[in-house]
Amino acid sequence: MATQTPPDGAAERAGGPAETGPLRPAATFASGLASSRRTLRDRLASIRGRRPDGATWESLEEALLGADVGVATTMATLERLRSTADDQDIVDADELVHELADQMRAALDADRSLHVSAPDRKGATPVWLFVGVNGVGKTTTIGKVGARLSAEGQVVVMAAGDTFRAAATSQLQTWADRCGADLISGSAGADPSSVVHDAVSAAAARGADVVLADTAGRLQNRKNLMDELAKVRRVADREPGAVVETLLVIDATTGQNGLSQARAFAEATDVTGVVLTKLDGSAKGGIVFAIEAELGLRVKLVGLGEGANDLVDFDPDSYVDALLGADPDAGVPASHSPEQARPGD
Amino acid sequence: MFDTLTDRLSGTLRGLRGRGRMRPADVDEALAEIRLALLEADVNVGVVRRFVDRVRERSIGGEVTASLTPGQQVTKIVNDELVEILGGSPLDFQFAPRPPTVVMLAGLQGSGKTTAAAKLAQWCKSQGRNPLLVGADLQRPAAVEQLRTLARGIDVEVWSEPGDPVACAAGGLAHARQTGRDVLIVDTAGRLAIDVELMGEVARISDAVEPHYTLLIVDSMVGQDAVATAEAFHATLEVDGIILTKLDGDARGGAALSVAEVVGRPVAFASVGEKVDDFEQFHPDRMASRILGMGDVMTLIEKAEAVYEQEEAEAAAQRLAEGTFTLDDFVDQLRQLRKMGNLQSIVQMMPGISDQVRNADIDDDRITTAEAIVLSMTPAERVSPEIIDASRRARIAAGSGTSSAQVGNLLKQFTQMRKMMGGMMGLGSKRRPASRKAGRKRGKGPTRPAGSSRTGGGRTSSKGGPSSGKLGTKPDGGGIDWEALDLKLPGR
Ligand SMILES: Nc1nc2c(ncn2[C@@H]2O[C@H](COP(=O)(O)OP(=O)(O)OP(=O)(O)O)[C@@H](O)[C@H]2O)c(=O)[nH]1
Ligand SMILES: Nc1nc2c(ncn2[C@@H]2O[C@H](COP(=O)(O)OP(=O)(O)O)[C@@H](O)[C@H]2O)c(=O)[nH]1
Ligand SMILES: [Mg+2]
Ligand SMILES: [Mg+2]
Repeated sequence: MATQTPPDGAAERAGGPAETGPLRPAATFASGLASSRRTLRDRLASIRGRRPDGATWESLEEALLGADVGVATTMATLERLRSTADDQDIVDADELVHELADQMRAALDADRSLHVSAPDRKGATPVWLFVGVNGVGKTTTIGKVGARLSAEGQVVVMAAGDTFRAAATSQLQTWADRCGADLISGSAGADPSSVVHDAVSAAAARGADVVLADTAGRLQNRKNLMDELAKVRRVADREPGAVVETLLVIDATTGQNGLSQARAFAEATDVTGVVLTKLDGSAKGGIVFAIEAELGLRVKLVGLGEGANDLVDFDPDSYVDALLGADPDAGVPASHSPEQARPGD
Repeated sequence: MFDTLTDRLSGTLRGLRGRGRMRPADVDEALAEIRLALLEADVNVGVVRRFVDRVRERSIGGEVTASLTPGQQVTKIVNDELVEILGGSPLDFQFAPRPPTVVMLAGLQGSGKTTAAAKLAQWCKSQGRNPLLVGADLQRPAAVEQLRTLARGIDVEVWSEPGDPVACAAGGLAHARQTGRDVLIVDTAGRLAIDVELMGEVARISDAVEPHYTLLIVDSMVGQDAVATAEAFHATLEVDGIILTKLDGDARGGAALSVAEVVGRPVAFASVGEKVDDFEQFHPDRMASRILGMGDVMTLIEKAEAVYEQEEAEAAAQRLAEGTFTLDDFVDQLRQLRKMGNLQSIVQMMPGISDQVRNADIDDDRITTAEAIVLSMTPAERVSPEIIDASRRARIAAGSGTSSAQVGNLLKQFTQMRKMMGGMMGLGSKRRPASRKAGRKRGKGPTRPAGSSRTGGGRTSSKGGPSSGKLGTKPDGGGIDWEALDLKLPGR
């Protein structure tokens, strides 16, 4: 799998999708992305095997823009590719796509491990905090992560930190029931910080392995709500808890606003990673390229459906392949990752 | 990267003024920047390509207005074209002659359907209707409970039954008929456009309830995929209109353009927050500025347009001054005022108005409520408001979702205003019936009084998105906020 073990080995990985819950067979990255792959491959098919010309560059540009990579990141990416093409005298469009895929993979080469303990805070109860704008899939992702961790034998406590949205607690309760996790909740309109604090205390008392804390969706331009979230994080990080992951959930359909989301949430809450949801649809989630490049935030998990098993680790190779339709059978030699299995394989 | 189109275009905008005909080079220079602005606003690449081609065709060889540079001229054409696509023929929401009027909401997961369903129910109530909500999302955990919670806050009944969403929706329709509900709003589960099974299901729900209006719910933060999604939903359901959600955020919202172009139907409503009353009528012109990311450019362009707008405003002021003003005219004017975006611009143009009134704060909220009241009157009542007695007043209040006192106060203000205007201009209100038609004619003619100037008028196009014009009522009381109806028109 593409995820790398951190050098110090202190952090542990959260387990692969193969072991997750009982509901239905796990979606795989490849099958989940099948639809994205088709359209982009079609688009690029017309330029393959020809000498790169103006139309080639235009197709590449449209492919990246059409995947929500964004104007700035697309321009920068193609600029770099252009200079490589000049330096190496690339005269074949196939080779150009190959080179582009290489460069994009290289840009995504990073540590994506998930932490389930706090190395410097021995004995503290680890907390994963889920943040993001409205409707992106925070609660659902908690359900999926809960299923995964429970299946690994971890004792999971969920914190119903969304005290605003109608029936948010019942929604999370359903997910808690599905994986046998305990849910700690407050009343509607309660202070989310205190709900999360209560959950962490309860988890510590029970000797639970991890707390998954939900938060209400909020738009990043709402200063008071962002302040509230910062407070939730601070409180969750107090004794007996330690926030080991703050995961920003981004919907794959999100356009350029995703970058502003990532910037604002990172500033308010020290985001440690991104969950890219709804990648089972036709949207490509290309904004994560910009988020990774500009902010250094790494996509760690990917949502591929509404079921408990529809969560996989992010695999940059498969992702780039899928985006560019550059998988082996599409004509680009898979010289870069033959030894790495795809998630779900 | 540039922040705004204004920055981008600064080079182009500084070009020579009034150069006669638009030259291809000028047009292309401006369009290159506009293309990037649209892409950064998340308009779909394909849509951008078609759009830019169309504008190029319209622009090249066209006349350059004396006061504009070619860059400004192209921008103005772009803006007009955007407004046209976003709301060319606005959705004229008509309640069905044979109730219930059935509205179905559909869209991607998390786009805002359930929230919009409650908001729409609230809006229907404010129109004097008696809606029933149907919770046909039997898929997402606690979806029906979410709808019930929202509906409790606005005192609307929710129908739902577990099992099959198609049967559930059909049951809701039967229940609405039995209980005499005149609007049925069906919330459906979120689904991906490529999910063949679930798209089939929503088509069956649609067949079961035969909606008068199928509304596609679109998150304003959505990017390039908006087109694929809209195409699929439109192909499956024949979308009648769009509700754009989460406009309270800072997304530029180019998806609105992508979807409106693909579907060819207007954006009907804007959702601007999580609370039930965060719901507005959609303003295509504001959205166009927002997508283009420009305030200043539009100000420049508005100056050129001001001449035209001023004429419109003057014609309205003229009718008011003549005292040939009925409640019908009143509503007519309110609508026109809303179109112009600022009621003040008219008030400011009126001669003999005190500064206090001139600077009075008049906004869309009040217009909406006043409009609802007048629309609940019979034609006879609108022409001769003096026939409105206590029982008529109660009927009007019920029909408009307001109170008798609110109706009474509106009438009082209207009468005072008419009297005052009549007295001021030395014209009685007696000529009313004869000149009513003439008064109603849209005045575009150049009846320009000299020296009248608008200080703070004009379109309220702000980058931050819509800010006024909330439909409906306060979430707590269920009744209309009396303050909000306090129309500070001249004469108060
Ligand atoms: N800020 C803001 N939030 C909104 C708006 N409309 C909906 N939301 C929020 O977005 C989230 C999703 O809204 P829902 O109405 O549940 O969306 P849905 O389409 O019914 O979602 P599913 O049924 O899960 O597919 C909730 O947290 C809402 O409170 C809006 O206009 N502005
Ligand atoms: N297709 C698909 N739907 C998802 C995914 N993740 C979440 N959803 C759906 O998106 C909607 C919003 O999710 P929710 O967890 O309530 O979002 P929250 O508001 O961020 O907590 C729900 O209808 C979920 O079922 C995903 O990976 N794929
Ligand atoms: Mg949630
Ligand atoms: Mg819903």
